[in-house]
Amino acid sequence: MGGRFGDGPVVPEAEDVIFHADWHPRALAVTLAAGALGKWNIDVSRHARECLAPMDYARFSYYEKWMAGLSDMLVDKGVVTRDELAGQPAAGPSDLAVKKLSADHVPAVLAKGGPADRPSDITANFAVGDVVVTREVAENIMVSGGHTRLPTYAAGARGRVIRLHGTHVLPDSNAHGFGEAPEPLYAVAFPASELWAHPEHAKDEVVLDLWQSYLSAP
Amino acid sequence: MPHDHSDHDHAHSLLPPDPALRIKALETLLTQKGLIDPAALDVIIDTYENKIGPRNGAQVVARAWLDPEFKAALLNDATSVVAEMGFYGRQGEHMVAVENTDDLHNIVVCTLCSCYPWPLLGIPPGWYKSDAYRARVVREPRKVLADFDVVLPDETAVRVWDSTAEVRYLVIPQRPAGTDGLDEAALMDLVTRDSMIGTGLANTP
Repeated sequence: MGGRFGDGPVVPEAEDVIFHADWHPRALAVTLAAGALGKWNIDVSRHARECLAPMDYARFSYYEKWMAGLSDMLVDKGVVTRDELAGQPAAGPSDLAVKKLSADHVPAVLAKGGPADRPSDITANFAVGDVVVTREVAENIMVSGGHTRLPTYAAGARGRVIRLHGTHVLPDSNAHGFGEAPEPLYAVAFPASELWAHPEHAKDEVVLDLWQSYLSAP
Repeated sequence: MPHDHSDHDHAHSLLPPDPALRIKALETLLTQKGLIDPAALDVIIDTYENKIGPRNGAQVVARAWLDPEFKAALLNDATSVVAEMGFYGRQGEHMVAVENTDDLHNIVVCTLCSCYPWPLLGIPPGWYKSDAYRARVVREPRKVLADFDVVLPDETAVRVWDSTAEVRYLVIPQRPAGTDGLDEAALMDLVTRDSMIGTGLANTP
């Protein structure tokens, strides 16, 4: 959606607004608690939201996307059945119940997070200052329609490396059960004129975090 | 080649149409199956309603304004520095701090979803998650800043960080003039959430 036209103004809001409906905090909490069951990772859950029908993605609010992605993953991973989701009585306790997140473990789980840096045998091909070019097409090269973190607007663009973040889990692989496949991750700066036909200002840049396999030398 | 995006009906369409009933149905089902503990949900909600929010980030910024050595360490390795202050966890495992100056103004977005530094800023505001912000700020950041009543000098460059990976960015806004002698608590009051995303400036006393 980056770069799309026609969305209208951005509407600021006060800092003390945290949720916008009574059910939002429940949607947040159920999603995080279900995530603690360990049946999916962050890349799988992001991809589940991206797999929503485009019409649903456009009309759903943020937490509706979360709920829809969660429901689809719960069925896809066999945690609940379609009949149960449709309102049939639950077929007894789940084998996964031993993994249930208890209230006293919540602070530790939230504080622990899920770091994505991993050791990797893949050495960094680029250094700060190097010019790089992104993939011509912003698609997952392993899975048709699969998850990737190269936005369409930054495909086939020339930028320069401004930071090396170390080696991180590759979402394109990890979202599809192919393993974490860690590789070097860079912050790459692109002049606005490289991305847009009518850049707003000659000095402006967009920086993206991009994995080495998205990049090549010019 | 493996194929994704199944063409059959999505399971989520089996839930009730009203979103409040939808989450109620999910919570009830998962509770019946012994997969979630309603008491744990309450702790999660309390954490993000009352314990984790933009005052965390404001403390980091105020300290950076006061202590040049702290600021240098923050710019060098934000993850370690903010973790030492107790700010670490989900959606903040890899932190980078970027500093606004007269020459450069930084703004953060996630165009692909809504990645945001939760341990420092809490839950992202509605506009951060909106289509309008995600679509526009990479292409026309100055027009988006105008929606926040922020106008930058023409000589200031804008750098928009589209956080596409697990790295989360914290903007260190410029310290306002007339704040000499203020202590950390007084400076924290000037640091707005939006100034740490880059859509705002710090308040003046």
